[in-house]
Amino acid sequence: MPISIDDVRHIASLARIGLSDERTASVVGELNTILRHMDALSNVDTAGVEEAIGVGARGTPVRGDSGPPIPLAVGLDAFVPSLHDGFLLVPRLASHESTDDA
Amino acid sequence: MSFPCASAATLRDETCAGTRAAADTVDAAVTRARAVGAGRDRLNIFVATDLADAREHAAAGAQQMSDTAPGLLLGVPVALKDNLATLTLPTTCGSRILAGYVSPYEATAVRKLREAGAIPFGKTNMDEFGMGSSTEYSAYGPTRNPLAHDRVPGGSSGGSAAAVAAGIVPIALGSDTGGSVRQPAAFCGIVGIKPTYGRVSRFGLVAFASSLDHVGVLGATVDDAARGLRAIAGHDWLDSTSAELDVPEFHLAGASPVKGMVIGRPKEYFPESLDPRIRDRCDAALEHLRALGAEIRDVSLPNTATAIPAYYIIALAEASSNLARFDGVRYGLRVEGDGLRGMYEATRSQGFGAEVTRRILLGTYVLSAGYYDAYYRKAQQVRTLIAADFSAVFASGVDVLFTPTAPTTAFRIGAVSDPYEMYLSDIFTVTANLAGVPAMSQPIGRVDGLPVGGQFIATHFDEMKMLTAAYALECALGAEARA
Repeated sequence: MPISIDDVRHIASLARIGLSDERTASVVGELNTILRHMDALSNVDTAGVEEAIGVGARGTPVRGDSGPPIPLAVGLDAFVPSLHDGFLLVPRLASHESTDDA
Repeated sequence: MSFPCASAATLRDETCAGTRAAADTVDAAVTRARAVGAGRDRLNIFVATDLADAREHAAAGAQQMSDTAPGLLLGVPVALKDNLATLTLPTTCGSRILAGYVSPYEATAVRKLREAGAIPFGKTNMDEFGMGSSTEYSAYGPTRNPLAHDRVPGGSSGGSAAAVAAGIVPIALGSDTGGSVRQPAAFCGIVGIKPTYGRVSRFGLVAFASSLDHVGVLGATVDDAARGLRAIAGHDWLDSTSAELDVPEFHLAGASPVKGMVIGRPKEYFPESLDPRIRDRCDAALEHLRALGAEIRDVSLPNTATAIPAYYIIALAEASSNLARFDGVRYGLRVEGDGLRGMYEATRSQGFGAEVTRRILLGTYVLSAGYYDAYYRKAQQVRTLIAADFSAVFASGVDVLFTPTAPTTAFRIGAVSDPYEMYLSDIFTVTANLAGVPAMSQPIGRVDGLPVGGQFIATHFDEMKMLTAAYALECALGAEARA
């Protein structure tokens, strides 16, 4: 079933991408053209076929339950906006309620 | 086209012998870059360079030589695709959304290059986040093919391929999610290797599609690329998909004979619609291998025709998830909007280009409620079938497969405007990413003056066999490879 303009508005909302009405209309056509090619998969008999999990003969290797070395070339304080009692402070977002902390 | 840049082996040997200063090598690369017009106004190969930094690395290499055994790439300048994290140069993935972003950590592949004595030499242009096959989808504008300036260099590692093809550096790093090292290598007449999934750490490679992404190597010759791969391969704690296996001496693969090797010619990669001149170049290459004592065997990989839709469904689904992190909060661009959601939407709509936006939307769609089974689950089942095809053919005694790398030679800039037509550029390369097997492209001749690439594919972690065949073919072809 082809994608509708409402479908595009819905997935753009899910993807947090703002689209103008004009762009939304053109995206409908673009996505439907691509999906028509992808629908070829519906003709493949996959009865009893497992979904691929991991890649290659070995799959994803399991490793020990220990942490890797920290790869940062510099300390956190060198590049985060601000540190406060060990927490990272990031720029305030316009919609956040006013609070007393920085 | 000859390569004015000396080979990696020559640069290392001369640096070790003291007959060449690494700083002079940097200067020679700069001179060459200027001579070919690598800047924004012509070929548009590099998006960021720091010559002082490159000279510092050259000096560090000289120090390394006096402290320890010289590394495999001592004194060799290596260009880096703009999606590999570097400490001093920005890492922007060719995207406006990451403009000016400098990583606080370094990609493992880049660290290993430095430890091998290489000199990081600039960040190269790419399709935004690796999403493209022509290096036209970059916020910095298109890169031009050094061999034909009105044509694309392929993509998405087009800047890296162009840097090698233009003779600025003998080696460059790229990434290959569906052919993004091999297809530009083919279009630019150089060598490109996508190793086995797990052979090279992806730590510090900005993710596009995590189950398909590989760090790869582009080289002027098979030996250059093999040395680059040897330097960056190996287990890494920082990448959970990295394999704990010894790394062979890839650059010694040429010492093994091709005689007795079984080389498969999969019929699905030579369809009736294939340009007969590309088919002829491939068959001529196979004849050279037969003359060296290899057995050429017709084989079948029956699920190949389903690879492009399966690949794009999986890749776009993973991309929609991976690129969710670029929201204006943590990295690069932030565009204020109406509230938090407004900020997200304004940042992402202005930060991502048209192709990345299209792919995120498609990826979101195939993962959304009601469509997951029809698209994503189905594609993962088809992926199992494609991987099983490779397993069966290698289990039957085939050592390596040989195919064309791409269905066309380099096309003109702006010639491909339909997104799905662009996707078809990857028709012969995506299968190796879906199965995780190693594959490489090398030049096997020209059509209308433009390079044609031939692709070897081997089974998991058997890059040595692939490279043995590639060294032999390169030697047998000689000047014919670039004629």
